[in-house]
Amino acid sequence: MKATAAIAVNVFRESVRDKVLYNLVLFAILMIGASYAIGQLTAGQDVKIIKDLGLAATSLFGLFIAVFIGIGLVSKEVERRSVYSLLAKPVERWQLVVGKYAGLVLTLVVNIGVMAVALYLVLAYLRWGVGPQIEKAWDAPALDPALLKAIYLIFVELALVTAIAVLFSTFTTPILAAAFTFGLTIVGQYSTDLRNFQDVLDSSVAQGVARGMYWLLPNLGQFDVKSQVVHGQPIAARYLAGASGYAALYIAFLLVVSSVVFSRRDFK
Amino acid sequence: MDAALRTEELTKDYAIGFWRKRPYRALDRLTISVPAGEVFGFLGPNGAGKTTTLKLLMQLVFPTGGRAEILGRPAGDLGVKRRIGYLPEHPYFYDYLTAEELLRYFGSLFGFSSADARQRASRLLDEVGIGGERRMQLRKFSKGMLQRVGIAQALLNEPELVIFDEPMSGLDPLGRRDVRSLILRLRDRGCTVFFSSHVLSDAEALCNEVAILARGRLVATGRLADMLAFRARGWEMVIAGATDAFVASVAPRCRRAVRIGDGRYLLELPLEPPPERLLAEVTASGAHLVALNPIRETLEDFFVEQVASVSDADVGRAVVR
Repeated sequence: MKATAAIAVNVFRESVRDKVLYNLVLFAILMIGASYAIGQLTAGQDVKIIKDLGLAATSLFGLFIAVFIGIGLVSKEVERRSVYSLLAKPVERWQLVVGKYAGLVLTLVVNIGVMAVALYLVLAYLRWGVGPQIEKAWDAPALDPALLKAIYLIFVELALVTAIAVLFSTFTTPILAAAFTFGLTIVGQYSTDLRNFQDVLDSSVAQGVARGMYWLLPNLGQFDVKSQVVHGQPIAARYLAGASGYAALYIAFLLVVSSVVFSRRDFK
Repeated sequence: MDAALRTEELTKDYAIGFWRKRPYRALDRLTISVPAGEVFGFLGPNGAGKTTTLKLLMQLVFPTGGRAEILGRPAGDLGVKRRIGYLPEHPYFYDYLTAEELLRYFGSLFGFSSADARQRASRLLDEVGIGGERRMQLRKFSKGMLQRVGIAQALLNEPELVIFDEPMSGLDPLGRRDVRSLILRLRDRGCTVFFSSHVLSDAEALCNEVAILARGRLVATGRLADMLAFRARGWEMVIAGATDAFVASVAPRCRRAVRIGDGRYLLELPLEPPPERLLAEVTASGAHLVALNPIRETLEDFFVEQVASVSDADVGRAVVR
């Protein structure tokens, strides 16, 4: 456990010293800030625009961080041969995989936290400039705590995407891992359509394939509650718990597969 | 004496080729035993299978056949990893860390407390000659400095056995001398040192025993002293006060007779007959003996001979059909 934690802390330290990460976070914060200006162009929709763009920026830049750092987590260790010295220490290979994953999740927590603070600051500035009458007309208050639910689900989704990136990182090159992770992330957004797809197919084989794909591929669509939150619709705690449970199981499955794959690898 | 490291029929095949994979035998049934507390040289030319063997010992690659045992336990055992140190060939470390941070990080993997890891890191960096640079990021380190950091990280846990892959690689003459004395200090502390090298002078200076590998096969193993002593190929006699006439009379029995200076000659004699008879003649002529030494085959000669003995036909067999 100590070794896993030490590896995680080192990944976090690497991220903190990585200029690319700062650029991504800075760009996300700029985009959240820019949403204020865009909001001013609309009549009465400014708070929605800021929330929409702010959550979208958090999600998009979080995805870049998860994928671009995640794909290199394990493969870079192997390519640069730093894994040789690391695995000569009393460390099991699965600990390396889990530690690397945990380190990136820790990085995501901090970065998403920074982006969330930036979003709330922009919304607080907007609220400061409007009267109570206008505020009453909004679907949801500017500093709506429900935004945190959407941000939390963005984090859960990114934690799952990170696990996908780590899986590919254990056996392929960073470029292929990036392509596979992005591909699976996009397909995962629409996996619910696969379930509907089986209803319109005649062939039982095709139905079976569609059903199998639906169960196998990650259902990432369920983590997107941005629109509901922006429009002030409630998100039940049960829904959050269900989505979290699904993600936890899927992540555990991916980490087990990653560990098994990595444990059998020869480092030539 | 107990073996610190033992391999039995250790074999590794790799798949080579892009479309049609075919197995290639990188290591062929290696059986060696490394006595505890000694410096053991694992020699061979580039591509002989030295690094593959070391990776097998560290379980960075898995064997196709055979087995390896370190400190009485199977290679890769977590308990064994706590008791050994490993320096990979051309080591690469996280370049965003400083040397001190790297060692403290590795210390935490052993479960050392922060204070203990800091103290060990500081002592070891002193020992390998990394001074003020210890707080510099490793990306600014030269190859030789990285090698020194690599040696330091391998010694973090005060190992009973260290496995060094080409420890002198990238080092300048001063660095080589430092590492040689470090290896001898480790031996004096009771640590077994198993190191691979293709630089034979390192083995001659450090090792009690060696194993020579060529094209994936063990071609010789044993005590270096035995290997060299049994292969004396003649005698070298230096005499003084000899006349030119005397030297001319004995020259047909010498391989070579070289005038060194005024009345001093170097006579190179064949192994047989023994030099005592000529020595008696030297004394009778009024000259005297300055030195008499056996001419031994150097490790280099032995090495070249052994490596050359693995014929092309053997190489053909090294590729598994």
